Parts: sequence; structure tokens; C-alpha cells
Amino acid sequence: MKQCKVDARGRSCPEPVLMTKKALQDNPEGLEVLVDNLTAKENVTRFAKNSGYNVEVSQNGSNYILSINK
Amino acid sequence: MNGKKGIILTGAVVGIIAVLLVKFGNPGNMGFCIACFIRDIAGALGLHSAGVVQYVRPEIIGLVMGAFFMSVAGKEFSTKGGSAPFTRFVLGFIVMVGALMFLGCPLRMILRIAGGDLNAIVGLIGFAVGIYIGIIFLNKGFSLKRTYKLPEFEGYLFPGIIAALFVLLLAVPSLLIFSQEGPGAAHAPVLMSLAAGLIVGALAQRTRLCTVGGIRDLILFKDWHLISGFIAILATALIGNILFGQFKLGFTGQPIAHTDGLWNFLGMALAGFGSVLLGGCPLRQLILASEGNIDSVITVMGLTFGAAFAHNFKLASSGNGPTLNGQIAVILGFIVVLAIGYFNIEKSANVELKEGVEIETM
Repeated sequence: MKQCKVDARGRSCPEPVLMTKKALQDNPEGLEVLVDNLTAKENVTRFAKNSGYNVEVSQNGSNYILSINK
Repeated sequence: MNGKKGIILTGAVVGIIAVLLVKFGNPGNMGFCIACFIRDIAGALGLHSAGVVQYVRPEIIGLVMGAFFMSVAGKEFSTKGGSAPFTRFVLGFIVMVGALMFLGCPLRMILRIAGGDLNAIVGLIGFAVGIYIGIIFLNKGFSLKRTYKLPEFEGYLFPGIIAALFVLLLAVPSLLIFSQEGPGAAHAPVLMSLAAGLIVGALAQRTRLCTVGGIRDLILFKDWHLISGFIAILATALIGNILFGQFKLGFTGQPIAHTDGLWNFLGMALAGFGSVLLGGCPLRQLILASEGNIDSVITVMGLTFGAAFAHNFKLASSGNGPTLNGQIAVILGFIVVLAIGYFNIEKSANVELKEGVEIETM
């Protein structure tokens, strides 16, 4: 599946969420977000769920890949 | 512990403990105050010589150790840094100048409101306005860029130094300077203060409690998560203060506070604005510093330096009100934070997104 990817690794609160918010405006059907800490994972997940999306999380080493879909 | 229950429970515990610390000796409405306590520690180390605000606050030591142990236990301890460190130092300095104009960090602002201090409501309005200004910059693409992994040992240095400070406090207190009168001489027993810090540090690490984040997320994302912790602190501290007879409604005669509305407003607006650009309030910075975030360590150094500077150059307010030097410093602080905000707006933010869209069309 071809999807927009947001690389929010190393970004501090609230940037990963802001980046996701902006990217979702351009890609309302869904996207993937890459983060590297639990706080960002929790914050992006909470934002996406509050916005009516489903979130699937997979871990790759110290990174988390969040698949955000309707 | 996760989710809304965790953050509300944490807020409630912070509120109760704060009231108890005052009951057992801390200054009025100062169960916790990250700005005041860092300032007191700076004084105890002789970085400033304001005789009434010198004490090694065990609450700070406890907060750091609690957050450190919790982050290690939760496998979250991770040494990283490199996101505009000196900018963060300067922002930390300025946040402290704003907080000492108002006489308290955002956490003490909540505790002051819970004690009936109406000046702190004026501070809260300023705080929210400051956060709102910061959000304008965030929406325009403000960023201090990303952090990178650093050698793991670097992350252990800050908690290690704080632990060493505690050893110093117990073993050779004669090396340190302690206030004989004033707020610095008012404190709960050492072990109680330490335990209070340990509990709150551990909970705040786990739940990411942040006073700035609460208002920010509510405005930015209509997310009530973090602010529910803020409200829980206010609610339990208010009830606790009323039960213990520590509640006194009014503007005048409040403990360690002044009644100059304009400067209470501006002081907290500056603290809020600077904290949004930092990504969290002084409490949150202290917690992050304890889990390996070197940028937050640098921010805490900025707060400490700012506190010492504020007393050496008479920028800090007192119960009598603000000083002219302090007013000038707050105005200069706004100019510097505005410049930091403006010059760190990422022009490339939109380009990066477009690249993402291109991947989609390939």
C-alpha cells in the first residue's frame, strides 16, 4: 500500500502530533508515522484516536511505526 | 496507570502532597514550586546570596530520583540530546525570570489558586495568553529540530550529581548555605520532602504530567488528557487547604506573593510562552532531565543560572512587588523569546510533507 510517511523521530512533544495533524489534512485516508519514544507514541495514538482513526503499532528496534487508518 | 485515570490520580496525589508539605513546614502555597526550589538550591550552593531563599530542597532531589528510577524500570531511560541546546538554556533562563516576577512556577500558580490567592488567577490568565502566543509559533512551524542518541553514560550524570547533592546535604551540610529566616528557612522534614518528591517524580514520569502541556493540548488539539491532571491538582489542593485551614481568599496578605496584576500577568505570560517553545513546564523539564534528556538537563541549568542571576541583579519580585530591574528583564525576555520563535520557524516543514505526498503518487 502506498502511503504518506511522517518521520517524527527525535522530535519532542508536541511536534510529532503537529506533524501528524498536518499530514492528515493532506492525506485524510491515513498514513504512517515513525517515532522513537513512548511519549510520542502515546501522544500521536491519542490524537489519531480522538480524530476518529484506528492506530496499529509495530515496533522496530527502538522505533515505533504507527499505521493510522480510517 | 496509563490513560486518563493515571493522570488524574497523579494530579490528585500532587495536590494532596503539596498541601501536606505546607502543613508540615513548607512556605505557604509552596508544597511544590520547581522555580522556587531550584532557586533555593542555587542559593544553598552560593550561586546567589539572597539570605532568605537558600536551602537544598529535598523535593527536587526526590523528583529527579523518582523519575530516574521509574524511567529505568519502565525501560524508557534513553540518553539523547542535540536539539538546540543553548537556545534551550536561554529559554530556561527566561522562564525563570518570568516565574520569579510572578513568584512561582506554573505548578505553584495552581497551588496558589488552590490556597485562595486571587493574584494567581491573574497569573493563570497571563500563562494561558503566553501559551497561546507560543502555539501561534508552533502552528507556523516552530521547531528546535530533532534530538539524537548520545553515549548512555552522559544520561546518568545529572541524576548522579543530584544524588551526590543529597549525600552532601546529609553528610556535610556545613558546606552548604541555609537560610536562617524567610521562605528558605521554612521547610518540611527532610525525609518527608524527599519521599514527596520520589512519589511525585515517579508518577509524573509515568503519566507525563505537564502544566504547560495541559493548556497547550487543549487549545491545539482539543485534548483534555494532560489538563485533567492540572484540574486534579487544583481540586485536591483546594479541598485539602480548606480542610487544614490553609485556604484564604483574596488578593492581599497572601504568602510569598505580590498584588501587582500587570506584572503577575506578564511574568506568567513569559513563563508560558518560553515553556511552550521548550515543549514543557519546569516540572516536566526536570522529569525529562532525569530520564536521559540532555536538552532538558541544559534547560534545568538555564533555570538555575536564571535563578541565581535574578537574585544577584534584583530581578526577582518580593512580597512588596516587582523591581524595576525585573520589569526590564521581563520585557527583554519577551523580545528574546519572540526572536527565538521567529528564527526557528522551519521553512522546510511544508516541503518535507510534499515529499511525503510524492511517495504516495509514485
